[in-house]
Amino acid sequence: MTSLTKETLSHLDWLESEAIYILREVAGQCSNPVLLFSGGKDSLCILRLAEKAFRPGRFPFPLMHIDTGHNYKEVIDFRDQRAAELGERLIVRSVEDSMKRGSVVLKSADEPRNKHQSVTLLEAIEEFGFDCCIGGARRDEEKARAKERIMSFRDEFGQWDPKNQRPELWNLYNARSHKGENIRAFPISNWTEMDVWQYIEREKLQLPSIYFAHQRDIVMRGGAIMPVNVPLASGEVINQPKPGEEIINMQVRFRTVGDITCTAPVISDSDNVAKIVLETATTTITERGATRLDDQTSDASMEQRKKEGYF
Amino acid sequence: MNTPDNDSLLRFMTCGSVDDGKSTLIGRLLFDTKTILADTLTQIERTSKKRGMEAVDLSLLTDGLQAEREQGITIDVAYRYFSTGTRKYIIADAPGHEQYTRNMVTAASTANLAIILIDARKGVLTQTRRHSYLAHLVGITHIVVAINKMDLVNYDQAEFEKICADYLAFAEHIGLHRAGHQISFIPMSALNGDMIVDRGDGLDWYQGPTLLEFLESAPPAHSEKGEPFRFPVQFVCRPHASDDPELHDFRGFMGRIESGEIEVGEEVTVLPSGHTSKVKAIQIGDEQLPSAITEQSITLLLEDEIDTSRGDMIVKSSQSIEPVKQISAMVCWLSETPLSTARTYIVRHTTRESKAKVGEIAYKVDVNTLEELPAQGLVTNDIARISFKLAQPLMVDPYTENRATGAFILIDEATNNTVGAGMIEA
Repeated sequence: MTSLTKETLSHLDWLESEAIYILREVAGQCSNPVLLFSGGKDSLCILRLAEKAFRPGRFPFPLMHIDTGHNYKEVIDFRDQRAAELGERLIVRSVEDSMKRGSVVLKSADEPRNKHQSVTLLEAIEEFGFDCCIGGARRDEEKARAKERIMSFRDEFGQWDPKNQRPELWNLYNARSHKGENIRAFPISNWTEMDVWQYIEREKLQLPSIYFAHQRDIVMRGGAIMPVNVPLASGEVINQPKPGEEIINMQVRFRTVGDITCTAPVISDSDNVAKIVLETATTTITERGATRLDDQTSDASMEQRKKEGYF
Repeated sequence: MNTPDNDSLLRFMTCGSVDDGKSTLIGRLLFDTKTILADTLTQIERTSKKRGMEAVDLSLLTDGLQAEREQGITIDVAYRYFSTGTRKYIIADAPGHEQYTRNMVTAASTANLAIILIDARKGVLTQTRRHSYLAHLVGITHIVVAINKMDLVNYDQAEFEKICADYLAFAEHIGLHRAGHQISFIPMSALNGDMIVDRGDGLDWYQGPTLLEFLESAPPAHSEKGEPFRFPVQFVCRPHASDDPELHDFRGFMGRIESGEIEVGEEVTVLPSGHTSKVKAIQIGDEQLPSAITEQSITLLLEDEIDTSRGDMIVKSSQSIEPVKQISAMVCWLSETPLSTARTYIVRHTTRESKAKVGEIAYKVDVNTLEELPAQGLVTNDIARISFKLAQPLMVDPYTENRATGAFILIDEATNNTVGAGMIEA
């Protein structure tokens, strides 16, 4: 019997359903896609969505991480653990290998490596012949993202041309590409930071421990919180304090996870997902405003925190 | 703070040129719903001061787009988000400007509601009529006519009522005002924040809802009852090589329900083959469901082994449709490269693709006068009624009855670009 009063989906159900649909379109339209997986919260949501999209079958794509070599050990361990639990293939390509090959040249040894990831990514795309890379970018992250397509075309040099984007109408996505070209697919384009956390809460997703409040040695540098003396998986320790900087042991968590040299934590006592949802609902700072040193850094972030009484 | 999981979602579009105060309206909505966080606000405060303004210019929130326009970059549509705790909103922000038709059609294609801005000093303009026609063409049944800049006409009720009457007369004329459609009028000042989120001081004579109150109560997508079940197959899951012997015979048809609902045990037909079976199970991931509704992405298991692949459509046997190899549609041309009647294009309809030959162009619509004109070809932003011959059969419904199974895009095989948007008439 058809029900008389039509139910509608909750916004999280709707976002989930849309993302599953997009993942299946990638699988249906592309011959050799790959899912970019960093171990971070957005890509962990996409892994859950991929499970809902393709189980009991295997994922119709491998997972791939472009490792800058400057990632938190906790995140790398979590990445490997999650891929193993899912029984899916994980490809790791590293910026350090590109440096050895000479395709990435650093200006200085401690330079943030985030931007160099794209070189290694393009090398990996060519090596494996991927025609689509699925990623966890969201349109709410920054202004440029607000105009990003869900299936976003890249030319043979991996370039995005905002002047020449394919119009996207209804849910009719066009992921066609010629050899050498590439599509970047963003299943959670329409999600916000809050949606991600609500989804993590609802689906009881496990996350790397650095997302939760923990004690960490930091220094204040240029208005941002800088983690110092961070041990890498290799045993190397990076982010030495500069002369004169005072090391403070502080309770922090990360809102976004990236290269250690340019990702700053925030002061927080949220040690579980429910508390983070609440904190996200009441924060006055955007996700990247205070935490990404390679983005436009806001002068206001620390000032605002001081006004709130942190110091 | 309460962050419930059971809130619904509404997608709407805004149209109007920058002069109508659209950027300020969006800025005001985001600001008054506390979507703008301190660091963003500080940035626009700084820019406002730099430009010598006293107050914060909320239109600067969409400034990224304006800067791009100055550089001559055309961005079709930008998407913005806010939420109120009871509802999440996705705004499709179509910049006015010259490229209006394709931008409007693109933004409208995913919207359930359109906000059409009118400058209270100017009243109903050609542009208002064009926006209304396009919103109507793309199947938006809920229109909010936002009569903005009321502060500049001294919040005069008579001015407001005159514009409402003018608009309604036009709406009757193009068939916009009819059963199942809703047109609402809200007087406002986006600049001062009257009737956007807060009621403000200037409009005491207006008893209706504020814009946000209206949005909060507007019906979400697919509230129509008893729509036919349409399930285009996106992907077939056959984990026969799995280590788990129980999965050797698993055959799941994966896709999203575009309309209607389905229950376990119901009889279905797979199109275009016409084979019938019964629904054995409905799943999302591992979770088993007794039934599923419109817009849910599910996996459907049938009782019989039927050869089914991506591009096929599963319908209820009682609501089946005839596959067709000829269609007639209203087409909006999106590409800078004109439509060539000598060429073959690819039609993507639901999850199915077919080669298509352009048949006759019956007429072209002048979106300013709504006149039907003869046409030989189409250039960017043209809208025309065209017939196509198809290489593969498609399972279609008229667009006015079903936005998902009545819509298609045209793809240029040489460039792979999306060049046209179609709405099937018959």
